[in-house]
Amino acid sequence: MKEEPIKSFRDIPGEEVLCSGTPACAGCGGLLTLRHCLKALGDRVVIVNAASCFTLLAIYPLNPFKNSWLYTAMASAPAGAQGVRDALDVLIEKGKLDSEEDLKVVVLTGDGSAYDMGLSSTSGALYRNLDFYYICYDNEAYGNTGFQESGATPLGSKTATTPPGERHPIGSELPKKDLFEIWKSHRPPYLATISPAYPIDLINKFKRAGQYRGPKLFISLVPCPPGWGTDPSRSVDLAKLAVETGVWALKEAVRGEVGHTVVPKRFKPVEEYLRGQGRFAHLFRPVRQEETLREIQERVDEYWRLHKLLL
Amino acid sequence: MTREMLTGNAAAAWGVRLAEVDYVPVYPITPQTEIIETLAEWISDGMMDARLVTMDSEHSMITAAGAASATGARAFTATSSQGLLYGFEMIYTVAGWRVPLVMVNVSRGLSSPLTLEPDHNDVLAIRDSGFLQIHCETCQEVLDSIILAYRLAEDERVLLPVMVNMDGFYLSFTREPVEIPNPEEVREFLPPYRPKHAFFMASQPMAQGVAVLGGSAYSYFKYQMHLASLKALEVYGEICAEFEREFRRGYGPVEGYMLEDAEYALVMVGSFSTLGKKAVKRARDRGIRAGLLKLRLLRPFPEADLRRALEGKRAVAVLDQNISVGKGGILYSEVASCLCNSKKRPVLLSFIGGLGGKNISPHEFEFLFEKMIEAFEQGTLNGPHLLYTEQEWEEMSLLKRTAEKEGAA
Ligand SMILES: Cc1ncc(C[n+]2csc(CCOP(=O)(O)OP(=O)(O)O)c2C)c(N)n1
Ligand code: SF4
Ligand SMILES: [Mg+2]
Repeated sequence: MKEEPIKSFRDIPGEEVLCSGTPACAGCGGLLTLRHCLKALGDRVVIVNAASCFTLLAIYPLNPFKNSWLYTAMASAPAGAQGVRDALDVLIEKGKLDSEEDLKVVVLTGDGSAYDMGLSSTSGALYRNLDFYYICYDNEAYGNTGFQESGATPLGSKTATTPPGERHPIGSELPKKDLFEIWKSHRPPYLATISPAYPIDLINKFKRAGQYRGPKLFISLVPCPPGWGTDPSRSVDLAKLAVETGVWALKEAVRGEVGHTVVPKRFKPVEEYLRGQGRFAHLFRPVRQEETLREIQERVDEYWRLHKLLL
Repeated sequence: MTREMLTGNAAAAWGVRLAEVDYVPVYPITPQTEIIETLAEWISDGMMDARLVTMDSEHSMITAAGAASATGARAFTATSSQGLLYGFEMIYTVAGWRVPLVMVNVSRGLSSPLTLEPDHNDVLAIRDSGFLQIHCETCQEVLDSIILAYRLAEDERVLLPVMVNMDGFYLSFTREPVEIPNPEEVREFLPPYRPKHAFFMASQPMAQGVAVLGGSAYSYFKYQMHLASLKALEVYGEICAEFEREFRRGYGPVEGYMLEDAEYALVMVGSFSTLGKKAVKRARDRGIRAGLLKLRLLRPFPEADLRRALEGKRAVAVLDQNISVGKGGILYSEVASCLCNSKKRPVLLSFIGGLGGKNISPHEFEFLFEKMIEAFEQGTLNGPHLLYTEQEWEEMSLLKRTAEKEGAA
């Protein structure tokens, strides 16, 4: 069923499915993402979670959700979704469960699971065309364990396992994996990147995704104040800057066909995004890491050139 | 009721079919694969109303099976050795979810060295997880145990998953006559699963598998599991009595063979117990009052039954088909712990045999009884004894010479 897109902030559903009172850090971009996603999805949802910061949203006996929740393990949330989805289908088919009781099955993981340990179980779920949603909130490191390097960590980022030092002055020496392309190669019916700073874009993507059966996947680049070394009050601005500088491309792929949903008219220099973050401070002080800064900018430009959106 | 020649694997598949399972996530591994292939065929032919999904690993498979169970479906899955270890994290997780999942493990020695043949290090690795463990000696026992396992797991006083174990090759690929009960009779014994505690539905949001903060909440839930597992002993007794009335086959938590008047008792599990029983018979022929105790339930551990059966014996030998490297037999320690405070404690001996499917010859059993008598009469105690025959030593020497490329014949 296709739904009409919303046009303004006033159209964002007012009702909260994720209520206040969580142990997440102030300014957590992941939590803001999740809040919007659940507004779009509603409360007839079971979230299947992998080990991450958000595992601690549900601590016995409390949780902030109006929906259901199952914590699995770090590597296998999509397999958990498979079990829940299949069980709901079978129980409904056999008349053991009223179809009114059906739920949307939503995997919620950080980048550590999505980019690294959970790739096998995600690939399996995509291959089997499992009817589920996947929300990956990408803070670009293993956040819960103290911000260590993950496959999502970008070039030049300081993390707890890539501390800039004399021999390794730039922090992480590896560029970020392209999870969007990895997932896209499975040709899921719907795949998109989202941002907590663009809730209208986010909600409309969920509306479009809702018309498809099969995997509907979302990756959100989320500011993480303690890991990124930023002030909580700046999270939305930073998420916005990531888009305006072209670091985070807002796009969707319908059955592999890619379209960009937000394209800045004029790209801001990437330095504007990097400069205010503690995790990149060593790229500017005590000496500018010119080569790395150039490479980061170059990679961003290359992406947009490839998509013919930068001449 | 029909009677057929079935392998242990086929008997397992029949147990699952008769339990009218809803959901079967699978992953292949020798020697278990025949179970899931048989189920796949039946499901494809419409002879079984269930959904089967081939997963990407055992870790995913056990997650999916547990999650389906947590959603309210009757789920089944099976694995073996490396597969069980690959999914190990989820074994503990699923047990903590308190869902009535039933699994079959077809025992196989663990790598490395890599092998296909059985011992019990795989299934004993999950000993402390919360899964209940039923160990089978015959194909009939495999079929019946799966039906019993669902009754036990789904009982509200228990709500723990169950692992039904059989030995690879010796049981999984051995044909024996098996009685296949009628579906109606089984349905009466095991009605459809109607979960009251763990399910997902839109009208009743529920959080499962949640984290706890601090040791007191963690300990509370762990103790709950332990107490439920102990309770399962009593429930198992009730269920088995009912099963016996219905199907005329009884399965205690332990089984005695010529044990009542025995002075020297052997403790074993699984299909190798059949060899042990033969050895007991031969020992009796030689005038030794021998007997055997087979452990069917390993979790919960039937301490009282075991104590009752073994107290007052002259000597007890635990023949472990596993090895805790650096300690010895795992079950020896368990048996010893429940006899050590007994005033009628027998002399206890430890033997390791049957690792990686190694045969246990009549000669080795003779040695074992000799050692028991010696220990009782002369008080000589040493061990654990690592069983190995001279012929095996010769064969191994030949292999080593070949490996060294030295004068291989
Ligand atoms: C098998 C396993 N290995 C490691 C961990 C430890 N661990 C828990 S959360 C976490 C970080 C997860 O990172 P990510 O998925 O990016 O989520 P975030 O913490 O950043 O929200 C790790 C490594 C675990 N729980 N399980
Ligand atoms: S560490 Fe980062 S991702 Fe985790 S809760 Fe805090 S802000 Fe959110
Ligand atoms: Mg992360």
